[in-house]
Amino acid sequence: MSPLELTGSLGIVGYGLAAIGPGIGVGLIFAAVIEGTARQPEARGAMLSTAFIGFALTEALAIIGIALAFVFG
Amino acid sequence: MSTWSGLTPLEGYEPPGVESFHLPPIVEGLPWFDKYMLQGLLSVLLIMAFWVIMARKTALVPSKGQFLGETAYMFVRNSIARDTIGHDFRRYVPLLIALFSFILVNNLWGIFPLTLLPTTAHVGWAYGLAGLVWVTYNGVGIRKWGGIGYLKHVTIPPGVPTWMYPLVIPLEFLSNIIVRPVTLSLRLFANMFAGHLLVLVFVLGGEYLLLHSESLVNKVAGVAALLFSLAIFGLELFVQCLQAYIFTMLTAQYISSATAEEH
Repeated sequence: MSPLELTGSLGIVGYGLAAIGPGIGVGLIFAAVIEGTARQPEARGAMLSTAFIGFALTEALAIIGIALAFVFG
Repeated sequence: MSTWSGLTPLEGYEPPGVESFHLPPIVEGLPWFDKYMLQGLLSVLLIMAFWVIMARKTALVPSKGQFLGETAYMFVRNSIARDTIGHDFRRYVPLLIALFSFILVNNLWGIFPLTLLPTTAHVGWAYGLAGLVWVTYNGVGIRKWGGIGYLKHVTIPPGVPTWMYPLVIPLEFLSNIIVRPVTLSLRLFANMFAGHLLVLVFVLGGEYLLLHSESLVNKVAGVAALLFSLAIFGLELFVQCLQAYIFTMLTAQYISSATAEEH
């Protein structure tokens, strides 16, 4: 076996690709919260609670991805 | 054997995988009593002892221990329960405290030197916790709005025109009733599972490179991997605390969205 020969499940590569979108999405959500907090610090609580709902929805995609990577892996 | 830049392939090395999480039972004949169960029971005892001692010894000028307990309590009470649920948050504080401390301790078993295995890396524990949360937020919602009223409250967001209902109602039902417990449990489980797997890869791989390999480059790489695994442990500590916080925060969020008055 040569060192560069890879074996394993292609589902893992697919999951890596699938995690890009939610990663960017979660980053955007909290970037917006940080910016909003910098502009208006007293609104932080209200922004955080909305942000956590959005975060949960966005991360659901990555989580469904890891479940499917195991299912089809 | 062809080599490039001194690296040789590792013969006989089995990378850690899902099988690394299938642990044998501690006592023969009790198949359910494995390391996860032991840690879970131990964590319940520890948490109960911690909060009972904290609640019993209160002084006007707090000692260091009391300060720790009060900080932990006030953190969950103020920045999770009060800020998220708002009015009428007091009745949910015991649930949130219990969830937070249980998940935190069970995650921290993953970096405790004698156990080195997060209990929540077993998916059954995460399913159980998310099931408890699911029953709780649906229960308080149904108690407040009634069965039909709760379904209406959950599936019809305010301000949506009537012709959108056929599209919105199934989506909202799916997202609020079915997807929520799944993601809540799998978020906790997947983070702990992946973190433990990462530690296993670095520690077992580093050990194999250092001790079972002939090449000098491999030995140096093994030492580097073992040193880097310490940084992974630091990352794990952060992720474990963060996941306990997120789980509790989302629980409060779900309770709040099930009971909130529409503005």
